[in-house]
Amino acid sequence: MEAIPPLARWLHFMAGIMWVGLLYYFNFVQVAALKAAAADGSAAAINRHITPRALAWFRWASVATWLTGAALLGSNFIAAFTLQPGHRAIGIGAWIGTILLVNVWALLWPAQKIALGMVEANDAQRNAARRRAFIVSRLNLALSFPLLFFMGAAGHAAAYF
Amino acid sequence: MKNPLDSLPAAVACGLALTLALYLIVRYALGS
Repeated sequence: MEAIPPLARWLHFMAGIMWVGLLYYFNFVQVAALKAAAADGSAAAINRHITPRALAWFRWASVATWLTGAALLGSNFIAAFTLQPGHRAIGIGAWIGTILLVNVWALLWPAQKIALGMVEANDAQRNAARRRAFIVSRLNLALSFPLLFFMGAAGHAAAYF
Repeated sequence: MKNPLDSLPAAVACGLALTLALYLIVRYALGS
């Protein structure tokens, strides 16, 4: 049983790096790249071959990160989510991570399916979905900053708080 | 009004400001 926390922490780090790394790829690289590619007519290749694969890894990494995080919290799960004394820093991180996960599956993914033409939609609906996905992705980018701070700070509470 | 999240630097600034605000709340209002 004592092997579970270090194993969960290792898997949590790997899945979290995949998740947040792809979030940063979308926001720091792909948005600008698609704008440039649209200008020279090469955006379709990115949207056909790269975006769906990156999104699939992004979505499932979010699930793996949350589940391994929950395993890592173990018996402290309720204490963290109810922000009990001694668990507030990790609790804030856990809440932000949960908000990001919900954003990915409830807001981003439905909008991305429309934007990428995976479901029937007209041009106006596709443009609205593209805009919605962009704003939610940017919101998750901003939320990832406190998420990573509180995840890291929780292990060094004496130094930070 | 333009959404600040339209700009990448503004989105980064929002993230940093949010981090600072939450840190101050946890440190001075809630305690760790």
